[in-house]
Amino acid sequence: MTLVSGWGRFPVVDTEMLRPRSFAAVGDAVARGSIARGNGRAYGDAAIGAARTIEMTGFDRVRSFDPATGRLRLEAGVQLSDIIETFAPRGFLPFVVPGTRFVTVGGAIAADVHGKNHHGEGGFGRYVDSILLRTGQGEVIEASREQNPDAFFATIGGMGLTGIILEATMRLRPVETGWIRERVISAADLDAAMRALDAGDTATYSVAWIDCVARGGDLGRSLIYLGEHARADELEAGAGRFPAGKDPGLAVPVDLPSMTLNRYSVRAFNELYYRMGARRAGSHHVVSLYPYFFPLDSVGAWNRIYGRRGFLQHQCVIPTAGARGVLGEILDRVSRRGDASFLAVLKKLGEGDGLLSFPLPGYTLALDVPLKGDILDFLDEIDRLVVAAGGRLYLAKDARQSRATFEAGYPALPRFNAIRKALDPDGNIRSKLSQRLFDEV
Amino acid sequence: MTSRKTVLVLGGSSDIGRAAARAFAKAGYDVGLAGRDPAALEPDAADLRARYDVACSIHKFDVLDTPSFESFVSSLPALPDVVISIVGLLGTQETAQADLAHATTIMRSNYEGPALILGLFAEKFLGRGSGTIVGVSSVAGDRGRASNYVYGSAKAAFTAFLSGLRARASRGGVHVVTVKPGFVRTKMTEGMKLIGPLTVEPQVVGDAILDAVEKKNDVVYVSGKWRFVMLVIKTLPEAVFKKLKF
Repeated sequence: MTLVSGWGRFPVVDTEMLRPRSFAAVGDAVARGSIARGNGRAYGDAAIGAARTIEMTGFDRVRSFDPATGRLRLEAGVQLSDIIETFAPRGFLPFVVPGTRFVTVGGAIAADVHGKNHHGEGGFGRYVDSILLRTGQGEVIEASREQNPDAFFATIGGMGLTGIILEATMRLRPVETGWIRERVISAADLDAAMRALDAGDTATYSVAWIDCVARGGDLGRSLIYLGEHARADELEAGAGRFPAGKDPGLAVPVDLPSMTLNRYSVRAFNELYYRMGARRAGSHHVVSLYPYFFPLDSVGAWNRIYGRRGFLQHQCVIPTAGARGVLGEILDRVSRRGDASFLAVLKKLGEGDGLLSFPLPGYTLALDVPLKGDILDFLDEIDRLVVAAGGRLYLAKDARQSRATFEAGYPALPRFNAIRKALDPDGNIRSKLSQRLFDEV
Repeated sequence: MTSRKTVLVLGGSSDIGRAAARAFAKAGYDVGLAGRDPAALEPDAADLRARYDVACSIHKFDVLDTPSFESFVSSLPALPDVVISIVGLLGTQETAQADLAHATTIMRSNYEGPALILGLFAEKFLGRGSGTIVGVSSVAGDRGRASNYVYGSAKAAFTAFLSGLRARASRGGVHVVTVKPGFVRTKMTEGMKLIGPLTVEPQVVGDAILDAVEKKNDVVYVSGKWRFVMLVIKTLPEAVFKKLKF
């Protein structure tokens, strides 16, 4: 048995880890209570099996690539970092990338991850044409929008609960360069931030970083980052068309004492961060895709800054209509509490693609929350606000929401469960997350 | 296409073999993958072609079948620019202590086979007047340890062979690289207790091999830490060394 956790390092769970080397061995590995695991970047308990965890990162082969269509067939353990490094020099990038590139394709499908372009271009699943799935009852099926569509739409965003994703066909985006033309907008409060995001609907990429320490009239003070793929003629003379992605040079070597991040150190940091950003506001500049899409990837093992106890990430989405009131209330509670979260990310989402995909048209707010004190009770109260507004929580980030919150947020759950039952009548595929939220007890 | 450089990887289905093939293909080499089970190499060949738009061929090669070596080399469509042997077998030390057949297999897989095949390529390369030979040996060959001296002694012999070959071949325009990876997270080491800071991913070794070939390095410890660790281990007096459990 091996102690395993997600990226948030909470919870830590004992599980049997298996690392099959062939698809046949994957089949042999599946027993009651199994789930596939990619690179372990889901924050909570999504990629930990109820009994067994099947590590898929060894399946890292590309099967085929057609530069005429951008169609890429690959094994599920290939990481997005690998796709970017391999295909960017050939003029292709994934259509959708989340905030870290160190995720597998299988994981990206299972969580239907979204990026800074979800408001206009949808999530990862929208660019997946087909999935090779090993179902819980042992069949290996190809699922697409035409063939086995039920399995396809349940697998996109299905948290790995429809079976083991073995391979997928996805489309890549042709790009002229690996650079992003970025514009920074500073917003003095939440209203201004939301207005800036609304105005940024036409931008390919948009996201806001909110200073959670700012209170009162400054509540929701933000920097908004808009981005477009840069053309070759927009690059500085001498800049290569495709910047190199550096491996994390700087890594957090040890668990920092949990007092490192406190309201005073963070207040100072945020003040500096906001002012430096605000100085750049308004102007356009061209940045490498790596810092633009993956700012935290440059610091290895950054999850250690929250100390040994780990942290939670609370990411909700609130439907557009009631969003302003609820977001204001959440941010007010967070800033008044002081130690809950220091920085939040706000972004607009569009329609989700899979049955259990997280996105819905509205605003998503992501908070990093160090695990301490009565923080769980505090988050339960925030959940009540989310549910009342018709919102939901992102399963890839979740380690603690209640069944009631989950069921209220995901109305397609009964249909998902029916499809899952048909694919896995004996209940072989089960994660700690599904035990907590889905499965009959 | 004929102007492209070519590399032949013996032991192409191993994790380090796959990583080395990727590193060379990424650098623009056409690749030959050689292994016992050609069908098992097909997915890796397809991977290289799809990723890097290079040519990739597959060859049947069994390191224990030494009588076939001459025909293996002569049947290659062209002599490669670079040949890399990643073939090896860790085996089980405890079994090898009493089971002569197992000990023999370890010795032949890590020394006899790799040395003979690379020696054969060296003759061909010297005849041509160019080429690079890479032997993946092991830090285990730097000093025989209680826990793996059957494997270690075979690697020591292989290291010595490469050293002599390098001295001789360098006068004929042929370069020989000895690579000592240290701990690598691979199929071979799965389940072993590896020391985190001394352990690298296979791709790090693959990239280091390409780098050593391009820079014409002689002996490469993939991580500099290993050069230091093995220096300490090599200089310990035997009286102390024999009391160590590792």
